Amino acid sequence: MTHDHILDPPAGGRTGGLSHLLDMQTLDRGSITEILDTARAFHELAARPIKKVPTLRGRTVCNLFFEDSTRTRVSFEIAAKRLSADVLNFSAKGSSVSKGESLKDTALTLQAMGVDAIVVRHHASGAPLQLTRWVDAKVLNAGDGGHQHPTQALLDLFTIREHFGRLDGLHVAVVGDVLHSRVARSLVQGLATMSAGVTLVGPPTLLPLAADRWDVDVTHDLDPVLGKVDVVYLLRVQRERMHEQFIPSIREYGRLWGMDRRRLGQLAEHAAIMHPGPMNRGIELTADVADAPNALITQQVANGVAVRMSCLYLMLGGETADRG
Amino acid sequence: MSDSVFTFTGARVVDPASGRDQAANVVVDGDRIASVGRASRGLAIPAEGLVLAPGLVDLHVHLREPGGEDAETVESGTTAAAAGGYTAVCPMANTQPVADHAGVIEQVLRLAREAAMCDVFPVGAVTRGLAGEELAELGAMAAVGVRCFSDDGHPVQSARVMRRALAYARTWDAIVCNHAEERTLTGGAQMHEGAQSDLLGLTGWPREAEESMVARDLILARGLGARLHVPHVSTAETVALIRAAKADRIRVTAEATPHHFTLTDDEVSTYDPVYKVNPPLRLKTDVEAVREGLADGTIDAIATDHAPHPPEEKEREWAAAPCGMLGLETALAVTITELVRPGVLTLSEAVAALSTKPARSRDMVGHGGPIAAGTPANLVLFDPEQRWTVTARSSHSRSRNTPFAGRQLWGRVRHTLLRGRFTVRDGEPLRPAHEDGMGDGA
Repeated sequence: MTHDHILDPPAGGRTGGLSHLLDMQTLDRGSITEILDTARAFHELAARPIKKVPTLRGRTVCNLFFEDSTRTRVSFEIAAKRLSADVLNFSAKGSSVSKGESLKDTALTLQAMGVDAIVVRHHASGAPLQLTRWVDAKVLNAGDGGHQHPTQALLDLFTIREHFGRLDGLHVAVVGDVLHSRVARSLVQGLATMSAGVTLVGPPTLLPLAADRWDVDVTHDLDPVLGKVDVVYLLRVQRERMHEQFIPSIREYGRLWGMDRRRLGQLAEHAAIMHPGPMNRGIELTADVADAPNALITQQVANGVAVRMSCLYLMLGGETADRG
Repeated sequence: MSDSVFTFTGARVVDPASGRDQAANVVVDGDRIASVGRASRGLAIPAEGLVLAPGLVDLHVHLREPGGEDAETVESGTTAAAAGGYTAVCPMANTQPVADHAGVIEQVLRLAREAAMCDVFPVGAVTRGLAGEELAELGAMAAVGVRCFSDDGHPVQSARVMRRALAYARTWDAIVCNHAEERTLTGGAQMHEGAQSDLLGLTGWPREAEESMVARDLILARGLGARLHVPHVSTAETVALIRAAKADRIRVTAEATPHHFTLTDDEVSTYDPVYKVNPPLRLKTDVEAVREGLADGTIDAIATDHAPHPPEEKEREWAAAPCGMLGLETALAVTITELVRPGVLTLSEAVAALSTKPARSRDMVGHGGPIAAGTPANLVLFDPEQRWTVTARSSHSRSRNTPFAGRQLWGRVRHTLLRGRFTVRDGEPLRPAHEDGMGDGA
């Protein structure tokens, strides 16, 4: 099977009208499927000796990162470069932002420079949506506060689909600090759209207050869930949660909600373990679990580039065709 | 127009202080009302179809001066007040420097006298620097006319300090108004805690933070026989607590803002900080409960919590933007649109909540009616049927942060009179031509 069509601009399918990528809520089943299918083509391209395609030549993508994130930024940078886009990295540290420039003024500056897309990571929830009001460029949310991280959810969906061959009817346990997690918000919405079932597992202090509105099951006890699920998705837990009295100690958290060898044994044969990274080995999961054959954690990272290429391609690639 | 005689002819006079709601001619002679009835003298100003009410009274505004002149000044804030139909406002103490001593109070009074657009009755701080630790010298501020003390924006967190303040203020039978927010529950809070905050990934402000402190303050006030005022009631349980306290004869008054009886946390999904306010916008059920509280008199007053912020402060990330909304120029119309037209309040009850009851609660002589021969002519004339669209740009405030921009509202101010002088004529503020011997604001 060849995928030479990705050398051309996209035909304007489901995502043809997608001007920004801000959250998973607004992506319907068809759009997600198109993004994942396109990512599959880019994924195979990555196995070729020459990984680059000319699709976004002449386009400028700005990585606007207000929060440190080496892996996401690098993933987006590789994705844009493999599409032949010009990439400029703008990090808050050492820039005009650290001199007090507002988000709006930064946005207007980038607008004046004529960038085509802005990939934004920001510690404030909603900042990417606000950006769309100030710039004509397409905005890709690379994680905003405790709100959304749609490309992470898409690469997770891609990884699950690659592993199981489908998303429909799978059952995923999302374990840990759902309350503060943009990854969880995005993933749960994406799984629901793709007809996969979700069980949230964690202490009541770290689960959403109104989780009943999320169309998910909620439990505080991890063990009974393990034998019933296809995927255990572990969320990163931050040490601050202990200082803020969400949990009494990291040690107790690990004992009650961490994956260890004993719990690994309770999983169904085919079940997989995932984690968005960066991992806290010994807290969310023990080292032997992280390195177990059914852990898909490195695949998640690898798939990130293909999924982000897919998003950039579908959002920016079509415009050339429109202009032509 | 002062020192002249004129008559509003055929106005619908809505005056809760005298229980009047009927058409009449109202003659103004100099700074006072000369007669209410059939007589007419001097220039006739046709007012058929319009409502003549006592000038509105706002228990809760932020005029920002001294220190925050980028956002508002006493002059711009009182001009916005007049444009909204107000003749008296109570500016809060969170200026720079803080109004925790008589000097700042006197400065604000002087600035208001010079602007001559609206009387001001400044609120003094409860504690030095609003720090919640040491009592401010309430006596020195009482001596220049302060009748209410508040650290608004900052709760008096310590029960001991709050209890002492309530007790000490009894010296003048003064009111302590406490911004009810149990801060240990609201660290980093950005919006109401609930299904919306779950979705938006913003830290929630739990309703219990307000309710637990209101409950504490009511219990403290009961034990001392002291006067407590609960500002900006935002939750259903707070309304219930105050209702029970009033039945229990605790000396409590309460206010609600137009935004808390109109808007909900659904607005936050825009991440537009114009909707960021403290206490936060809550749920439809809370909005309904606040409306019921106004309807049954549990909540005495409609106050705006007019809180100007310059655009550069509000056009930021949600988490970085300050709390607060404009309110002075929209309160009357929002009240008519959201409460009077749907039948929650009669027009007379609305005027009582916007003028008569707040004026009476602070002994603001000459404000809140009655509209009767010999009383100061502090009046508003408005058209309850006129429809208009709120635009931020046309505000007389220095700031633009109105959450009602773009809304169509009913009810527009035609004229506002302060002691017989038009501060607003045909909807436009009129600066005084010269210093014409304004009375003291407090």
